[in-house]
Amino acid sequence: MSAAILDISRVSKRFVKRPSLGERIAGAFGAGRKTEIVRAVTDVSLDVRKGEVIGLVGESGCGKSTLGRIVAGIYTPSDGQVTFGSAPVAKEQGRRTQKLTTRVQMVHQDPFASLNPRMRIGDTVGEGPVAHKIVKAREADGYVADMLGRVGLDPSYRRRFPHQFSGGQRQRIAIARALAMKPDLLVLDEPVASLDVSIQAQVLNLFMDLRRDLDLTAIFISHDLGVVRHVSDRVAIMYLGRIVELAPTPELYAAPNHPYTRALFESVPRVGVGRKDFRPIAGEIPSPLHPPSGCHFHPRCPFAGPRCKREVPALAPIGPGRSSACHLNTGGTA
Amino acid sequence: MSLDAETRWTRLAGFWSDFRQSPVAVAALIVIVSVVLMAVLAPLVTPQDPYNQQTLDLFDARLEPGETGSGGYVHWLGTDAAGRDVYSAILYGLRTSLIVGVSAGFCALLLGTTVGLVAAYYGGRVEAVIMRIIDLQLSLPAILLALVLVAMLGQGMPQLIGALTAAQYAYFARTTHGAASAERRKDYIEAALSTPLPARQVLFRHLLPNALPPLIVVATVQVANSIALEATLSFLGLGLPLTQPSLGSLISNGFQFLLSGRYWISIYPGIALMLTVVAINLVGDQVRYVLNPRRSR
Repeated sequence: MSAAILDISRVSKRFVKRPSLGERIAGAFGAGRKTEIVRAVTDVSLDVRKGEVIGLVGESGCGKSTLGRIVAGIYTPSDGQVTFGSAPVAKEQGRRTQKLTTRVQMVHQDPFASLNPRMRIGDTVGEGPVAHKIVKAREADGYVADMLGRVGLDPSYRRRFPHQFSGGQRQRIAIARALAMKPDLLVLDEPVASLDVSIQAQVLNLFMDLRRDLDLTAIFISHDLGVVRHVSDRVAIMYLGRIVELAPTPELYAAPNHPYTRALFESVPRVGVGRKDFRPIAGEIPSPLHPPSGCHFHPRCPFAGPRCKREVPALAPIGPGRSSACHLNTGGTA
Repeated sequence: MSLDAETRWTRLAGFWSDFRQSPVAVAALIVIVSVVLMAVLAPLVTPQDPYNQQTLDLFDARLEPGETGSGGYVHWLGTDAAGRDVYSAILYGLRTSLIVGVSAGFCALLLGTTVGLVAAYYGGRVEAVIMRIIDLQLSLPAILLALVLVAMLGQGMPQLIGALTAAQYAYFARTTHGAASAERRKDYIEAALSTPLPARQVLFRHLLPNALPPLIVVATVQVANSIALEATLSFLGLGLPLTQPSLGSLISNGFQFLLSGRYWISIYPGIALMLTVVAINLVGDQVRYVLNPRRSR
């Protein structure tokens, strides 16, 4: 096993919505809102090793995108820290986040929103490398052409605007923008979720090719278990801000341990298995404004006992390279 | 390259075909173009330089429109108390009014846009302080602020432009702030910040170009407002000295004769001012309509 290049250490992220002045005045008279705290990510630890792809899976609102943005230096964690090499990825500066490294890059979910509509795509891809002196300004054009070629786009497109491209092409441009920064780690936030299924396959194949050619390390965020199985070496399952299970991909798909992981697999509709009774997980995902006590999954878990209500299960090793956060593995739920 | 030039040209053509849907706006545009042309070409299309004292003749004072003066040419719009040809004075006055109006509008655009962008980009306390100052300023009438500033700074073209800029930048700042705050939350800004690009580059290459369309509209309207404000100040005697008259001072110049039947000294500069301001506003309205993405086509 190679060494970890990214270390996520006990990271939490809380979003605090303070009441506005008007609401505070209303509050003084007994109306209005109180300060609301959304706990998007709670106490997450994860190592990413050189050359591996980690799949980050969970329902919408489970904090997987927030975790991705913390890794990419868009947010700073409220507690804990993310270190790349030996330095933090970003620091807080006043109320803003200042990213400190160019070696972690991100690809956003929606390629229609993530490209500046009034900038030629060549400039979009080239401005970062020029700003950070990865290439000289007068060599940028050739560099951009090279990057576009690498993601399977005609280099002569570089003077066009984003509205002249399809969704799949735009996502390729976004990938080219990230690759142009020569990153050591790529964070892909649901990179195919907003694309047509046929285009999804193209973009995934592109990602697999790039991974092979460039020896990429990546965090691949998705809610699609099939996609994640295809691309990742290890999978982390998130539920309501916490990682509940972490395992190498083949083991996880062969024998999911955590009740939530199992429920997630059972809820996936599959073609041609002959089973028509895929079961949705009971109940709704709870609000991160008021997370349940103890194990966050206990209100929906078929195996929940009194201990689950009281005690937060720790993410504990259950086998070589595998860990799971369930009281069933550590002495039962009673 | 050629394809790209084509797109830009098509967009412009599309804009024009939408714009000319309104005959009123087209007429207003023609008015603006002719007013600007006449002001620029004033020495060529007027019979007299109204501010060269040597060409003025007191015997020509207060001639009625249509009378022929001692210069041998017809004063189509009459003359004022100093024997100045009103038609020539209007065109020379238009020059001053347009220069002041356009420069003040442009300076206010630069200042206001920067302030608004900075507020939207930095957020938090910076935004709160800047926007409260802007709110405070917008609660005062612009004319009051301009009056106080001109009284403090004294007469002269730079002072006047400065005062008008200070009185008007707040409109640009608020518009920019609104548009930029909406853009600020979009993914492409997040992508630029996580690259990371320097703040200046994010502000001026990403945020500004996308916040621009509403500003074009505000800019047209504010140029009209600057012209009207300047005319008001000059009418009150606070704008430019009479040696460098604008439309406002021309109106005030004939004000004392208004009730004695010599209406033309004030009325014609007034009509010129009104035509210019209304035409700019009509064009601005149509531009706003065409650029609004939510209008029904």
